[in-house]
Order: sequence, then C-alpha cells, then structure tokens
Amino acid sequence: MSVKTIATTRSAMGMPTGRLAIWWVLVSEIVVFGGVLVSYIMHRLAHPEWGEQAAATNLWIGAFNTLVLLTSSLSAVLAHQAAERGNGPRAARLLFATVGGGATFLIVKAFEWTGEITHGFTIQSGGFWSYYYTAAGIHATHVLAGMLIMIWVAMSALKNQELHRVENVGIYWHFVDIVWIFLFPLLYIAK
Amino acid sequence: MSAHETASEHTTGHAAGHGVHRNYIKIWGILVVLLAVSVAGPFAGIRLVTLITAFGIALVKAYMVAKNFMHLDVEKPIIRWLMAVALVLMVLMFSGLSPDVMKDHGRNWQKDEGFHPKAAVGHHGAGSDSSHGAQGH
Repeated sequence: MSVKTIATTRSAMGMPTGRLAIWWVLVSEIVVFGGVLVSYIMHRLAHPEWGEQAAATNLWIGAFNTLVLLTSSLSAVLAHQAAERGNGPRAARLLFATVGGGATFLIVKAFEWTGEITHGFTIQSGGFWSYYYTAAGIHATHVLAGMLIMIWVAMSALKNQELHRVENVGIYWHFVDIVWIFLFPLLYIAK
Repeated sequence: MSAHETASEHTTGHAAGHGVHRNYIKIWGILVVLLAVSVAGPFAGIRLVTLITAFGIALVKAYMVAKNFMHLDVEKPIIRWLMAVALVLMVLMFSGLSPDVMKDHGRNWQKDEGFHPKAAVGHHGAGSDSSHGAQGH
C-alpha cells in the first residue's frame, strides 16, 4: 500500500500547503539575505575605502555568472510550464538543465575564489572581503541546496509523479536568482 | 476551497488556473539586455549613471523575475503581503541599527578611537583594512 504525504494532498489559505510552505521559507530567507545585504550597504557607506578593495573583483566573471543564473531561471520556469501541461519527462530535462546552470555557476565561483585567495584576498583581508565571502558563500550554499532538491524533484518528474513540486522548487530557485541580482552590483559594480 | 485536493489537481491547477500565458524567452531576453546595460554603465565613468544602471536595473530585474517567473502577480494576495511585511520589518530593524554602524558619535555617546579608522586605504590584499571587528563593541 502506498502512502501519500499529506502535504501533497491538502490545501490551506487557498493554495497547496507545499507551495505555501515554500513562500514561508522565502519569508525567512528575506531576513537572512536582506540582513546580509543591508548590513553590507550600511558598512559600505560608512567605509568609502572599501571601494578600492572591491576594485579587485572581476566584473566579467560576475556578469557571466549573472547570465548563467538568469538562464537557469528560464529553464526552471519552462520546467514549471511543462509540468503544468503534464509533461513530466520534459519538465525533468529542463530541471536537469537548471541544475547544469547551477553547477556552472559554482564551478566559475570556485575558480574565481581560488584566484582571489592565491592573490592574497582572503576572508580576513578586510571588511569588504569578509562580506564578499560571507554573502557569496551563503548564496552559493543555497545554489547547491537548490540543485540537490531539484535533482530529487526531477527524478520524480521523470516518472510523471509529484509534478506540483516542479513549481515549488522553481519558486525557490528564482528567489536565489533575485538574491544574486542584488549581490552582483554590490560586489562587482560598486567600486 | 475544499480542505483536501488531489495531487493531480495541484499539478495543473496553479498558473493554468490563473490563465498565465507568458513568453518566457522574451522576458529572459529583456533580462539579458538589462544585464548588458548594467555592465556597460560603469564604463561611462559617471557615478550617477553607474548607480542607476547598477542598482536601478537590479530592482527592475528582480521585479521582472518575481512577477513573471515566480508568478507573484497572480499569486494569492496573502503571499504578496507576507513578502512585503518581511521586507518592511527587515528595513525597519536595520534602520534602527544604522546609526550604530554609520555614525561615529551621537548626543550622549561616541565610538572608541580606532572603531572606524578611515586611514586604512590604499592597497589591496591581506591586512588592507584593520577596522573590521575593531574594539568598541
């Protein structure tokens, strides 16, 4: 006898509980990322000299990673569209493409950080670098978590099961994209 | 709405139920063009232009992603309220904290010498800013 998880079969406040839960997760994430970003902005305004430290970040790498995340958001929303049409295998393929985008983002980040660290810019090199590694590190952790969850959702979608989860994981992924949209100008453009 | 729904109803019920038909590739194209503008902005060498192209465009891009990809515009109003309340509370909290971070002294207090050493400027790399985490907490 198969057992159905109650969260997938119940609605609350006019929407499935799974989707409601994702939005609640994002509410808490607003406080996490919003706290880091606003705290950075306050310190940055109080320390004009951080602009000189920020000059060492590579604009083109940041821009490329922004393009990668925007594109991965496109594949995530197309996966949602496919799931709505009941096409699980296509949704799964698009989710795997999104995971590929996340992997590309992390690989680029790894090379970028390696270069910066070998040039002496570590998390202890100053206020800017502390924020840089903390904010980008927390964000990268969220990218990795999203990729793992997405693989799990895609495996179900391949079998046309639990397709509502495609939208849920997509909402999370778009939020992670939005966080990077703000991190990019803060860490790579404002110099 | 009934307390229980089937999983298949959830599968097809959300955006389809709202009648959402969007050209996602066109939206992505606009986002990429906006990204290109934000990258080009600093090359103008004008601070105001850089600020607008960097942060103004970031706001527009975030709005577009939230509206078109997360479908926040057709989501239940309670969700939009949840997001707005979280944002407002966060901004309120940090507005209250901002004087501690951004000001060196107030009416009845003053930060210790060395809390914000503005002199730590000029070179990159390890040890270029000794101010972070300085005494005074």
